[in-house]
Amino acid sequence: MLSNTGNFLLILSILFTSFIIYQSFACLKKTNDMIFKSIYKISLLQSTTILICFFTLVGAFMVSDFSLINVYQNSHTLKPIFYKISGTWGNHEGSLLLWVIILTIFSFLFLITNKNHPKNYRINTLIIQNILILGFLFFILFNSNPFSSISPIPKEGLGLNPILQDPALAIHPPLLYVGFVGSSIYFSAAMASVITNYSGKFFAQSIKSWVIISWSFQTLGILVGSIWAYYELGWGGFWFWDPVENASLLPWFAMTALLHSLLVLEKRNILYFWSIILCLLTFTLSVTGTFLVRSGILNSVHTFANDPSRGIYILSFLSLMIFASVYILFTKYKPTNDQINSNSKETFILINNWFMMFYLITVLLGTLYPIFTDAISNNKISVGPPFYNSVIIPVVIIFLFFMAIGPKVRWIKNEFLNFKDLLKIIVGAIAVNFIITYFFKSYSLISNLIIISSVFLIISTILDAFKRPKINFARIISHFSFGFLIFFIGLNHNFSIEKDFNLKLGETKKIDNYNFELKDLKLQQYDNYKAVIGKIQISDLSTNKKRTLNPEIRIYDNPQTLTYEASIKTNFFRDYYLTMSNIDRSDYYNIKFQEKPLMIWIWISVVMLSFGGFLSFIRNAKNN
Amino acid sequence: MKIKIFLTIFFISFNLNLSSNEPIDESKIHKNLRCLVCQGQSIADSNSDFAITLKMVVKDLIKNGKSEDEIYDFLSEKYGDWILYNPKLNAGNFLLWSLPYLVLVFGGVIIVFLIRKQSKKT
Amino acid sequence: MQKIIKITIIFLLIFILGIFFLSLNKSSNYNTESLVGNKLGEIELVSFQDDSIFTNDDFKKNSFTLINFWASWCAPCRIEHPQLMELSKENNIKILGVNFKDKKINALKFLKDLGDPYEYLTRDSNGKQSVNFGIYGIPESILIDNKLTIIKKFVGPLTKQDLNNIKEIINNL
Repeated sequence: MLSNTGNFLLILSILFTSFIIYQSFACLKKTNDMIFKSIYKISLLQSTTILICFFTLVGAFMVSDFSLINVYQNSHTLKPIFYKISGTWGNHEGSLLLWVIILTIFSFLFLITNKNHPKNYRINTLIIQNILILGFLFFILFNSNPFSSISPIPKEGLGLNPILQDPALAIHPPLLYVGFVGSSIYFSAAMASVITNYSGKFFAQSIKSWVIISWSFQTLGILVGSIWAYYELGWGGFWFWDPVENASLLPWFAMTALLHSLLVLEKRNILYFWSIILCLLTFTLSVTGTFLVRSGILNSVHTFANDPSRGIYILSFLSLMIFASVYILFTKYKPTNDQINSNSKETFILINNWFMMFYLITVLLGTLYPIFTDAISNNKISVGPPFYNSVIIPVVIIFLFFMAIGPKVRWIKNEFLNFKDLLKIIVGAIAVNFIITYFFKSYSLISNLIIISSVFLIISTILDAFKRPKINFARIISHFSFGFLIFFIGLNHNFSIEKDFNLKLGETKKIDNYNFELKDLKLQQYDNYKAVIGKIQISDLSTNKKRTLNPEIRIYDNPQTLTYEASIKTNFFRDYYLTMSNIDRSDYYNIKFQEKPLMIWIWISVVMLSFGGFLSFIRNAKNN
Repeated sequence: MKIKIFLTIFFISFNLNLSSNEPIDESKIHKNLRCLVCQGQSIADSNSDFAITLKMVVKDLIKNGKSEDEIYDFLSEKYGDWILYNPKLNAGNFLLWSLPYLVLVFGGVIIVFLIRKQSKKT
Repeated sequence: MQKIIKITIIFLLIFILGIFFLSLNKSSNYNTESLVGNKLGEIELVSFQDDSIFTNDDFKKNSFTLINFWASWCAPCRIEHPQLMELSKENNIKILGVNFKDKKINALKFLKDLGDPYEYLTRDSNGKQSVNFGIYGIPESILIDNKLTIIKKFVGPLTKQDLNNIKEIINNL
């Protein structure tokens, strides 16, 4: 029954969407400024229908309705209810419904919040957005339908992958989708803007809130994904430059660039064409990322299960999107005479965009290069963290300096920057770095520069809070959060300690100034898994403090999987991180112990970064 | 001036990629070797049989006085380039390593050009 | 000038999307195809029964050698064993077995139960020697000629098709 309900609602949504597109074209033909009431009503109905459709699927998961193949493949009666619900979007088909919800709700909200803008611009946005919606609805209905039924109805489901049973991962897709799926709305708006020749500051004002919101959520989405990786994957890191991680980072770079260039567009009415490119690029990268992740052409620990037909559909959709936008741009582009003042803020925003494009191209290149070399020369290569780190990190140093100086420069031609003040701040930053290396330990040249440049940014930004009459707290918080992020990552990387050794039950090992003892091994049975829980006592020989960590080896039944749960003790100074794994044909256990300073501050920095975005949203809403 | 800045960054980062006189960092090598039986993990992070064996072999190679690059060459000869997370600097990967910097230089040139265009007008 | 930029952009996009379409059919997993044609380096394997060493020179005596990595605790090795038994009857090829991370008693029992196709039997108790052959799991087999050039690598248990393939290669010279 739920299968029929779901399919019915999908078809209904397709009908509503088609109706909106049809009525919108009709509305365009009328010369008056009014949008048909029917368009508003049907848009509301469309959003409602999709939401009910989505909740139908959620309901099916909650009651474990195995007549739906999707529920059968991804759930199990013994799953905790929270994960039954999040299992709805933890799979390919269900997550596509989430895609459509965001596309639809954003479509409706954009329509009703842009009443101050011209009818043609709004209607064209609606048309393009609804074409996107239609594309996804067809994809769902004909290829990836979560409501496909199976008969006879299985008694039990195949289960949900245990590493996906984590709170962070449960909210990761919704957050991320408001981010990069939300970017669809300014993709459509950008196309509409070019078609109707609605350029300049009004266009910037129209999409600015949307860019800010999608950016803030994208930031949080990426954060939550990293937190999950840290807690669940057991290697103690939070970013691996894995292709799937990169897929979420690429739109973020474009969004950040767009966020800044819109400031210029709004204030000085220049960089319109470039802003349009960024709008188109962001959503294009989002769909490309989705393609890479779901088509099976990438090897990653994060990829969904594979099915080539999905890849073909998404790629075709992507190709159509790209060629449509290129066609519109090429035929409708009117060159403008942008005048960029040197020594003013717009130059520095251009510099921000320039660096963002560098990061974007580097990550894109690293992610796609193996695919290209394999296709062309049949030679498989890997591109991993060493590549990204060595290319990007040196450039970040310079970027941080520009980021600190940019906000100090005024919009209209500036008097020369106060170099004396800047010099004082640099000296301060060098002093801080010196103190760290003197009292703790020294590190590489690059690390020194990273610490100096990030401290420079932090101090500069905080001083900004005292100087100008109109304090932009949103920008200050975001900028110094970014500085703190790099600062804490730098310190965490340089002061982390790792030890890798083997222990038998009852054995003690002394490594540097720690004693490790495997005191106990307990076997415990839970609802849907068995766990071997180790009790490892760590004695710090310099302080005589004893800590106990309890790593687990988990054996899940449905599906049959083995996972290693890290034992993590967090405080504001450092994290203690320990994993234990069994060694085949031996009664030794392999222990990996890490001491990771300031780990929690890395998360806090990103939360604050995103918070700055939300503040900016509120600020922007107030001003308009 | 900007060109000088970029040549400096280029130079510094390439220098960092060349081996220095520091003692061999086993952990760094482990992080650079891909676990062939895992889905996206280095042998440092993996406890598979293969990862454990490879770590033993790396230890032996270091004991025999091999440099970091010699270890990578040896393993990529046996397993192919896929086992290395840091792509080699060869003709095939030339675009990969150079394009980002070319973009940086190109972008800088465009910005300078845009600003100069304005200065010429005023 | 603008026309050239536009055409370049379009070609670039078509190229990128084209590569994506082509890649849909390829596997993203590791494969050993690129290693065919390489020569094996310096080989030193410890003989199974005593401590004598098996080196490169021993290979050069045969026109073809199949180096087979196996262990008694490996289930797929059991499944492929009949293929090895049949191959051992061929004239042009000799099979070198490398017993991988195994106990002598168990290995001998395995061969007693299923037959011994190995002209030469060596062991790699800690698995380190296997790295010299580019092995990453078992069962794996490498077909080489008398110049130690890798003709083919087989990952996983040998199938009937693999066997026919090998027979074709060794009888076609």
